Amino acid sequence: MGAHLSWAYTDKVKDHFMNPRNVLTDDQFEDDGQGVVGNIQCGDEMMVLIRVDKGKGTITDCKWKTYGCASAIASTSVMSEMVKGMTLDEAFNISPKAIAGELGQLPDHKIHCSVLGDKALRAAINDYYQRNGMPEKVVQEQARIICKCMNVTDHEIEEAVLDGARTFLELQERTKMSTVCGKCKDDADTLLRVYIKKHFSRA
Amino acid sequence: MAIKQVYMDHNATTPLHPEVIKVLSETMQVFGNPSSVHGYGRIARQYVEEARVKVAGFIGALPEEIIFVGSGSEGNNTVLSIIMCPSLHCSCERKGGSGIVTTRIEHPCILETAKCVADRGNNVTFVGVDEYGKVDMEELEASINARTGIVSVMMANNEIGTLQDIKRIANMVHKKGALLHTDAVQAVGKVPVNVKDLGVDFLTLSAHKIYGPKGVGALFVRRGIPFCPLIHGGHQEQGRRAGTENTLGIVALGKAVEMRALEMNEEGKRLRELKRVLKRGIEDAIPDVAFNGHPTDSLPTTLNASFEGAEGESILLYLDLEGIAVSTGSACASGSLDPSHVLMAIGVPVDRAHGSIRLSMGRSTTRDDVAYVLDKLPKVIRKIRDMSTVYAGRKH
Repeated sequence: MGAHLSWAYTDKVKDHFMNPRNVLTDDQFEDDGQGVVGNIQCGDEMMVLIRVDKGKGTITDCKWKTYGCASAIASTSVMSEMVKGMTLDEAFNISPKAIAGELGQLPDHKIHCSVLGDKALRAAINDYYQRNGMPEKVVQEQARIICKCMNVTDHEIEEAVLDGARTFLELQERTKMSTVCGKCKDDADTLLRVYIKKHFSRA
Repeated sequence: MAIKQVYMDHNATTPLHPEVIKVLSETMQVFGNPSSVHGYGRIARQYVEEARVKVAGFIGALPEEIIFVGSGSEGNNTVLSIIMCPSLHCSCERKGGSGIVTTRIEHPCILETAKCVADRGNNVTFVGVDEYGKVDMEELEASINARTGIVSVMMANNEIGTLQDIKRIANMVHKKGALLHTDAVQAVGKVPVNVKDLGVDFLTLSAHKIYGPKGVGALFVRRGIPFCPLIHGGHQEQGRRAGTENTLGIVALGKAVEMRALEMNEEGKRLRELKRVLKRGIEDAIPDVAFNGHPTDSLPTTLNASFEGAEGESILLYLDLEGIAVSTGSACASGSLDPSHVLMAIGVPVDRAHGSIRLSMGRSTTRDDVAYVLDKLPKVIRKIRDMSTVYAGRKH
């Protein structure tokens, strides 16, 4: 009936939403790394736990829990399957784009819900390094979030500029930033000028 | 296997009443322009005016006090926009007052219009409400001053169902020399509404909330109140709303209110009982739930509940998969980050607001429907809480 015809997500999103894989059910799960990102006050929170084959440096298991919407649930579910068997480096560099790609497609306004999983995963990998006496391997995400609504950092703005963005509109197109509340527009304009000057100024 | 379908989102919109479908199909060939003098026009005019009498009668108004509009939003925009007209004719009744006082829990079509009016240099005040969504009468009274032209307070809230004491508010507003508008889009057809008894100067209603079609509503403007149209350029509706009348929509609205008059009271009793069953059932089956809105002064159709540790959009979509249609105050569903402004205004903590859903029943809702929801909802909430970082088992 009607309600089902209008399902806004792909069959794969729907499948992972209905039957999420690797949800943490065992409270005694012994992890080698734990990452928690987000905040229930903002409407979503994510916890990712990993087990690591210390000899090979690969992820053998990935469990998660979330306070989040359908997109967060589906994207983290699919991510938890993708990272098993990956090296820590590979897993650390998994992008939201790759996850969304694996899912088929997410509605544009849902992309920001799906970045929580990979953020929590990176936090879990960093936690693993800390616990195992490899603090030098920890990659701090020192990026500053400029657009709180869409979770866009100054790093991503810089990347977008490097990628060719020269106007605020082009920045919006590439990053989806400032498309919700719009409060970050002034900051974005300033950073746009800063990064254009930094990388492309001839002076 | 087809699954059961339960529509619990009547505050969003309603299906057409069978009698409305019938009258629509019977009137489908009426195409004349009601403004035309010839026979085709006169026939259409007659349909429009018969509907006007029905709508007026249903809310205790005179037919000439009813203006047909394109939506509830248009009606509300029209009323608040009057304030911006500087002409003597428009402003004399409000003694030149150019300010608006309204509440924090209005529908966005009031809130956004009020902000637009404020941007154009007029004074606009948003009055707070208590934890049940009742307007703070002292703050309201203190906010109305000599410069206030129009006060706008919704009769029933669309999200939490809380009813305001419009009669008492009208008395107070008039004592202070301002005019009162009420957005009664969610109230008309669910609870008795009589403009004379309430003492309001303007009232908005909409057809599609009461088993009529989308795209038609009505604005009551008390006789003698100066009025300035939002849509100019035609003599229709006594020069108050230009545009060829939506004859079919207007006929359907007339039939919709006629049916409401017949069904509303019995249905209200039946739904109030179903709401009690639904609320009790949810309380009994699901721990850590809170209900939003007034416990008694509220629409018989509307129940708003917050579930700790469960995100609203997830609840909505898992219920959708079970064939149950509800809506949510969660930010995620709307694409913004802020949860419902109504829940924020009544002081619901942000995390609870993100986990809220609205169940709104209607004329077709049965005891079976309620039982079905009471079977599925606890399972959905348990499933979500089982994977929640902030509820069951291991938290971070």
